[in-house]
Amino acid sequence: MKYQSQKVAKPYFIGALVLFFGQIVFGLIAGFQYLDGSFLFPGLPFDVVRMSHTNLLIVWLLMSFMGAAYFIVPEEAQTELYSPKLALVTFWVFFTAAALTILAYLFVPYAHLAAITGNAALPTMGRGYLEQPLPTKIGIVLVALSLLFNVTMTLIKGRKTSINLILVGSLWGLALLFLPAFYFPEDTVKASFAWWWVVHGWVEGDWELILGALLGFILIKMTGVDREIVEKWLYIIVAMTLVSGIIGIGHHYYYTGSPSYWIWLGSIFSILEPVPFVLLIAFSFKMLMQRRREHPNKAAMLWALATPIMAFLGAGLWGLMITLAPAQYYMHGTNFTAAHGHLAFFGAYAMISLSIISYAMPLLRDRTANSAIAQRWEITGFWIMVLSMLGIALALTGAGIVTVILQRAADHPMSFMQVQDKARVFFWVREFAGLGFFIGLLIYLRSFFIAGDYEYASEMKRALAG
Amino acid sequence: MQQVFTKAMARNIFLGGAVFFLAIYVALSVDTWYRIPERDHADKLSPAVLQGKYVFDENNCIGCHTVNGEGAYFAPELGNVYKRRGSAFIKAWIESQPTGVPGRRQMPNFHLSQKQLDDLILYLQWLSNIDTNNWPPNIQG
Ligand code: HEM
Ligand code: HEM
Ligand SMILES: [Fe+2]
Repeated sequence: MKYQSQKVAKPYFIGALVLFFGQIVFGLIAGFQYLDGSFLFPGLPFDVVRMSHTNLLIVWLLMSFMGAAYFIVPEEAQTELYSPKLALVTFWVFFTAAALTILAYLFVPYAHLAAITGNAALPTMGRGYLEQPLPTKIGIVLVALSLLFNVTMTLIKGRKTSINLILVGSLWGLALLFLPAFYFPEDTVKASFAWWWVVHGWVEGDWELILGALLGFILIKMTGVDREIVEKWLYIIVAMTLVSGIIGIGHHYYYTGSPSYWIWLGSIFSILEPVPFVLLIAFSFKMLMQRRREHPNKAAMLWALATPIMAFLGAGLWGLMITLAPAQYYMHGTNFTAAHGHLAFFGAYAMISLSIISYAMPLLRDRTANSAIAQRWEITGFWIMVLSMLGIALALTGAGIVTVILQRAADHPMSFMQVQDKARVFFWVREFAGLGFFIGLLIYLRSFFIAGDYEYASEMKRALAG
Repeated sequence: MQQVFTKAMARNIFLGGAVFFLAIYVALSVDTWYRIPERDHADKLSPAVLQGKYVFDENNCIGCHTVNGEGAYFAPELGNVYKRRGSAFIKAWIESQPTGVPGRRQMPNFHLSQKQLDDLILYLQWLSNIDTNNWPPNIQG
């Protein structure tokens, strides 16, 4: 860390981890309601728990992307952040708004919340991931504008590296792609078509650019590989993302009322969407081979190398499984989708967030790297979370298979609720894997409470002795 | 290799590719916009249907259910529920929630007025007539 103002990233990262914790608690409750439908009902109906889970996910990812931007942009631009004070105020606004929104979900019935927040004047509520009441949506825009102003001014006065250009450019894209959240056509087919501008536009477009920029930054810092090589790779990767992903959005238009030509367009282009993830793997391992230094932060290196692999599994492989129109005909809107959603969101965006947090937090706490003991806790947490998430995805895939066989492709299809009963064992497995994930998260969080810097001398001695 | 394929070339592929495919996407979307109203019978979106849609959204139905496969996976598909169950059943169902059967997944009671219920059912009927390329594969959704 070279610039004092990078320190504003710290509350963002801590806030993100707090919300991550909340996300997982709601995930466990929602998962348990699959097994015992009366659990916490009617106080907390499933939809309230679910939207708390998914909205906390989105917010903590946004928060860590923002922290990453405040950390990376000054360092790349080789200048102090334009206004650290604005960044700090923005953090508290964002965090408070997020907390208030979740409290409103929990304590105010949704229709009542809609009534008191002016939803009738400009309807925006009642769509997946975009359930927030109008004031929260406006707040998100203001927070984004503050971020964009701050990082763009910093970029303008400093060095313009490709990593910074891609990062700041994709933050602009992120904000622009949120605007369709205010556009809710009365025609449900059009509404669904436009909803994907936000959802697909983010996760299979813009956010992949953010992912690439963060990973590129971490790898340059940790391996010491020449910037020119890294940045050339990055451009090729993000080019493949947009070439495949823009028309690839058609994989959401097969069976939702849009014209049939999307069946062809969506299938052909989205089949290419795993390519950027394959390239990300090739890129990061190439950088690892060519590294010019051994960075003491082993945990961060592990996160950074595992991210493209897990992203490939979740987005590339599980995405591919459901993306061709004939397969999706049977799998659309089953737990196959949930399996893919979990593994992809975790493998790509949760893990890149945890990677940059792992790299930056020790520096923000004036350490070269965490002590060997703290890193062992972090790495243990890493493995438990990664393996548990694979367990969750496999369990949900199992539930998806049951639905396809008994409900979708059966000669005598069973009803939805009967099929859910048959899939019960997989929901148990998901819940146990979820508990595993929670334990992994606790172990991971524990690592932050271990004091002390990385000690070269004692580690050297240990290495020689062992 | 290093000299043949430069960073500037990679960047141009990125920018060019993005602009090119975005332009195609915009053109296709415009075309789609003109075709959707035929496929979903937009002319039948009466004020009552739209009221019903508002009731649907403000009660977050997709927080548990799917509509044409989009939403949550906790409860049955609603895009074709009108054809599966018919209006009388749906109305009675919504009014009698929650079932209170221990352990069974519970749907809240939204305390809808008769008018809201009728509008909601008209909206579900409208949904059931969208041309979704023959999805879902069967009536169970
Ligand atoms: C990191 C990147 C990705 C993330 C985070 C992600 C996440 C998601 C999520 C959360 C959904 C469910 C949306 C809903 O609530 O309805 C979804 C749906 C889908 N995703 Fe992805 N995805 C990613 C990449 C991909 C890729 C690369 C492909 C194709 C190769 C793909 C194919 C699909 C398809 C076909 C659906 C629709 C499934 C259905 O019809 O039910 N995704 N994705
Ligand atoms: C303890 C671990 C977790 C459990 C038990 C859990 C449980 C659940 C449940 C029950 C749902 C609702 C599914 C439905 O609609 O029927 C859900 C949705 C979702 N969760 Fe989790 N979750 C966990 C962790 C995570 C993590 C770590 C992520 C991502 C980093 C995540 C991302 C999502 C997403 C994107 C959805 C929406 C999926 C879709 O619409 O297809 N969850 N989760
Ligand atoms: Fe997509």
